Formats: sequence, structure tokens, C-alpha cells
Amino acid sequence: MSGRPDPSRAGFDDRLDERKAKAGRWKAAFLAAASLAVVSLAVLVLSIVDDAFGYVVIRYAVNPAELTDGRELAELTDGELLELLQAQAPARRLRALEREAPLAGRGHDELLSLIEAEILKPEIAAAYSLAESLFDKRRIVEESKAEFPDGYLSFRSWLSPSFLGSSLNAKPLSTGVLTAIKGTFLTILVAMATALPLGVAAAVWLEEYARDNWLNRLIQASIYNLAGVPSIVYGMLGLAVFVRLLAPLSSGAVFGLAAEGMEANGRTVLAAGLTLALLVLPVIVISTQEALKAIPSTLRASSLALGATRWQTVWHHVLPASAGRVMTGAVLALSRAIGETAPLVVVGASTFLTQDPTGIFSPFTTLPIQIYQWTSRPQPEFRHLAAAAIITLLGLMLILNAFAIVARQKARAKGNPS
Amino acid sequence: MTQSLSKAALRGRPGASDWAPRLARRPRPLEALIQAGLLGAGAVSILTAAGIMITLGTESLTFFKDVSLWEFLSGTVWQPSVGQFGILPLLSATLGTSLWAMAVALPLGLAAAIYLAEYASDKARGILKPALEVLAGVPTVVYGYFALTVVTPALRAVFGGERVEVYNTLSAGLAMGALILPLVASLCEDALSAVPRSLREAAYAMGATKLETSVRVVLPAAFSGVAAAFILALSRAVGETMIVALAAGAGPKLTLNPFVAAETMTGHIARISGGDLSYDSVDYKSLFAIALLLFMMTLVLNLVSRRIVRLRQEVYE
Repeated sequence: MSGRPDPSRAGFDDRLDERKAKAGRWKAAFLAAASLAVVSLAVLVLSIVDDAFGYVVIRYAVNPAELTDGRELAELTDGELLELLQAQAPARRLRALEREAPLAGRGHDELLSLIEAEILKPEIAAAYSLAESLFDKRRIVEESKAEFPDGYLSFRSWLSPSFLGSSLNAKPLSTGVLTAIKGTFLTILVAMATALPLGVAAAVWLEEYARDNWLNRLIQASIYNLAGVPSIVYGMLGLAVFVRLLAPLSSGAVFGLAAEGMEANGRTVLAAGLTLALLVLPVIVISTQEALKAIPSTLRASSLALGATRWQTVWHHVLPASAGRVMTGAVLALSRAIGETAPLVVVGASTFLTQDPTGIFSPFTTLPIQIYQWTSRPQPEFRHLAAAAIITLLGLMLILNAFAIVARQKARAKGNPS
Repeated sequence: MTQSLSKAALRGRPGASDWAPRLARRPRPLEALIQAGLLGAGAVSILTAAGIMITLGTESLTFFKDVSLWEFLSGTVWQPSVGQFGILPLLSATLGTSLWAMAVALPLGLAAAIYLAEYASDKARGILKPALEVLAGVPTVVYGYFALTVVTPALRAVFGGERVEVYNTLSAGLAMGALILPLVASLCEDALSAVPRSLREAAYAMGATKLETSVRVVLPAAFSGVAAAFILALSRAVGETMIVALAAGAGPKLTLNPFVAAETMTGHIARISGGDLSYDSVDYKSLFAIALLLFMMTLVLNLVSRRIVRLRQEVYE
């Protein structure tokens, strides 16, 4: 400690600098590893945004400038639009459209989209990423002029109100995620409506009622082991039980509610929702058990001492006091269910739907399924659609989480006896 | 309840001893009904576990009538169209992608956990922990997209486009590593944080640096928790589906080359079951045999992991 060298410290001091340097190097390495999480999150987000916006080259079957003598299509009156449509579109298509609804009675926007679909027939010739569009615009302009002299270069946000509001179709320029959003909401609704009451009830049984016997140990052991089963195995269970075995139930045929031609098809919202319910059940049970364990036993004792029955104690005191934590578990389960893809692929989300799902007996697709479908297509424009759908999915998860957190806060404020 | 109480009080009953036994003896059919309902909800978990084993078991049994178990486990070709059902190509791809994922997630996840548990200030934790939680919450299909649009082009740029195929197991494995890293980090951090502070203080008192304390004292003390985390991570990697379905390629292939496409067990199930499939075909039944093997692999890993955790608890309590 003092200035005089201590013979017993000789070996210690010699190596001290080296040891400190080594400690510093490793500290930097540990920090780097931890920061990698932030870095990979940033790369993930940037790569998605990069594909969701950017320049596209669009080619038309008929040049829009020639069609209107240089005027903007949107500026034309309804009458002029109708005239244009009748002059250019094939007569057979016109008759078919007229049969659906009288052409003269259709609004401005509808006429515009009809002209686009029937006459202009836009197609994507090339699509660029956001980074290219921002930093390499000159090259894009030159390249598109040289390769597609008849193409129109414009900046496109793949994520747009019309993308969110349009149903699924085969054309990358006009397709949307509305079908998938509806499917996601319906399946999640079925899954949570089934799993939440069942899961909370199972947790209440295990924590408040169950004696330590073989049956209850078996219940607890199956819950722990189910939590570790890969999600695709749940898909196989759903395929064998809900889709095949219970086909009359999941197609709605038992109730006479099956969609036409779907009587024997169990690949519906109901089958998918029940599969997801089984998948998230262990998550809900385990988190609810934790919540119930955290309630002090004095609360139960005081309620019982006043003469309340067991169920009155649980229903009026234990459950309200633990509502906040139970909701946290439900949020976890909800987030897991929304992003789950593999079991729904197995249970048979339809790869291509022409109609939005209308109820629990409809065939369905969901947002993650749509992302999977679009990502696996080789054409580059579908990758941009996938990026836009990913932003939609993450946004949806964020909104639902926010809702659930608010609900949790409320439940907590209510449940706190203080 | 309160009603019967006040009634008793109004009638001027002398004492508690008079009505309490009656209250206790009163039949409560609703209570019994509710209890039965709760037990029923608990039994759903047993039914689910049994359902998984029964469906996988029975379908696999009919499959093994057509294809012998030995042929299934030792065959090196998986080609349902010509009746070849050898699991090895699918199994090797599953193990290959999982090993790459482990190679990324284990060292980095453990290092991140050591930083978070031993070094990080509250401010650093405030940034790093939420980032890890968000990463853990991102749906796996998004990681599949990430593998295909970011990792694969990067690999092709580094190793050359002619060597690295568009679909390859390395890209899927690396993306899976990013998926599993938060899981490893958070489980390892829990294990490290559970080590009593007295151990660290003793090490400091002996003149150890922070590194020496963390790596030679705390880490060995938390060994069982860290090992359990690693095994759980492996189980997660083996069962992961969407990343491999998107990035590892279609078509089973027995290869050790990480730059070429090879289909994993989960990827094969996802691809085949998504299509039109006759419920009576051998192809359909073969999927259940694959799923049964997958289920048993993850079950064993999970059981081992939980056993190790329990051992640790016995040591520290």
C-alpha cells in the first residue's frame, strides 16, 4: 500500500497491467456482442423499409397520354370517362360490367379504376429499392429510359391506403392485404376467445384447488412440456383433428352454415383459430399461475374467514387482484398468435383467395401467411409487397400491444385494493 | 352468504356455534359444478398432449406398415415419388441449420448475457434489454424474409455468387442464430444474476479483475443454468420452420456443404402439407412420421434442459 515495494506483491504487480488490459479487451467484446442485438434490429428494420418504398417503372398496354390528349385522367368528368371506357374497352367486357351494375351509375373513382383495369393495364417492368432511389437516381433514370422507352418512372410507396384497403388479387399493382387482415383478426378472435378462459380456468384449478396428486402433477407436466413443442407439430395436430376428424364441425356443415362447395373442407378460420388456441394455452396457463402465486395468502385467508366460499374468494378477490399480471400473459400469448405462421401453413391457409373471409367457417389467409407467400415468389415486385405487409403486421402487433397495455393498466388500477 | 348471515342475526340466534355448522353442511351444487369446470379446463392440456402423441403415433404406425422403421432411419434418399423414404437428408439439413444457428447464438448470446448481468449500467440495460425483447417478439416469418433479402445476398457477395446458391442452409442458419440470440441472452442472464453476490465479493477481495470474476467465478457457478439455456435454444432451432422454409430451399438433399440448398424436416412438412394432399397417401402419412421424430427430439431436449435447471435449484437452495 505504501511507497515501499512489498516483496509479497512482486509477482502480482508484474502481471497487473496485462490482466487489466485483457479485462478491458473482453469488456469491449462483451459490449459488442450485446450491441449486436441493437445492430441486427436496425438492419432488420432498414431492410424492410428499403423494400417498402422506391422507384418503379410502369408500362401500359395503351399510353395514357395518347388516351386523353395529354390531360390527366383524374381531371376528366364522369361523362368523359364513361365515353372513353365505352370507346376503348372490348364490347364483351362492357356487357359483363353492365350486368354487374349499370356503368352510368358508377362513381368517379370506380370509373377510373375500371379504365385502369380494362384499358391501361399497367404492369411493373422494374422496381428499385429505397436506397437505390435516394442515392442512385441518375442511374435509375438512365437505365429505365434505355431499357423501357415506353415506361413511366414514378416513386411508389408499396405501403399505401389502397394497399391496406384492397382485397387480395394476382396483380402486384392493385393487390392488398385487407383479406389477410380480416383473416388475422378472425383467427386471433377465435384463438383468444377459446384459450383465455380455458387457460385462466386451468391456472385457477392448479393454484387454488388442486391437491398434490398424480392427476394434477400430470396436468402440470403436460403444460410444461406442451410449452416446448415446436409450433409445426401443433399444425399437424390441427390438421389431423380439426381439419380432418372434425371437418363437419369446422366447415360449419353441422350447423348448415358451410360455404357452398365447402361442406367437406375443414380448412377454415375455426380450425386455424382452435389450433392457435392450443398453441398459446400453455403460455396463458403458466403466466396466470405466476400471477396467482404472487397474490398474498392473507387475501384468501381474510375472505375465507368472513365466510366466503372458495369460488367467491377466487372470483371476487384473487382474480381481480391479479388481473394486471394475467393481462400481461394474455398480451404475450396474443403477440405470439398473431405472428405464428407454420401451423397455419399446415392447417391450410389458402394460398389464393378471391373473397374476403366473412365468418369462422370461411377459408382464410393471414398476414404472416401472405408475407410467406409473397416472399417465396421469385419475381422481385412481390418482395416489395412482402415488405409492405411486414410493416403492416408489425404495426398491427404494436397497436394490439398498446391496447392490451392500456387494458392492463386499467385492470391494475381497479384490482389494487389500496 | 351475507344474506344468510343477516337473516341469522335478525332471528336473534344466540351464537356463531349455532349456525356455522349448518352453513358448512349446506350443499353447494354451483361450487361443485365450477370446480368440475376448472378441472376440465386443466384436463384440456392432458388431452392436447395425448392428442399430439395419438395422432402422430397412429398415422406413423400406418406409415411404418409401408416403410420399415430401419429404412426410414437409415435411408439416404427422400423421394416420395419413387417410394424412397430415408430421413437422413432431412435430418442432416435440420442439424446443419441448427448448428450454424448455435454457432452464432451461443457465443454471442452468452457474451451479451455476461455484459448485461455483470457490466451494464442501468442506462445501457435500458437500451439493450428492450432491443433484445423486440428482437425476440418479431415473427419468425420476418426472419425468413430477412435471410432471403439480406443474409443471402451478403453471403453471395462475400463468397461469390457461383459458389453460394440462392437458397442455402448457411443463410437460414445465420438468420436463425439472430432469432435465437435473444432467447439465449435472456436465459443466461437469469442464470448469471441468480449467482449469489457473496461469490463475486469474495473474488474481488482476492484481487480478481472483473473479467476474472465474471468468467472464472460467476460463469462456472451458473453453469447448469447456462447449459440448460443452450439445450433449450437447440430445441428451438430444431423446431423452427418459417426461416428454413423460405431460405434453406426445397428438395431434400444429403450434403454437408452449407452453400447449397437442402430441405429440413420442418421445411418439408410445411411445403408438402401446404399443397393438395390426399389423406390416404403415403406422402401424407410420412409427414406424421417426420413430425413424430421432431416431437421426440424436442421433447428429449426440453426434458434434459428442465432436469438440469432443477439440479441447479437443489444446489442453491
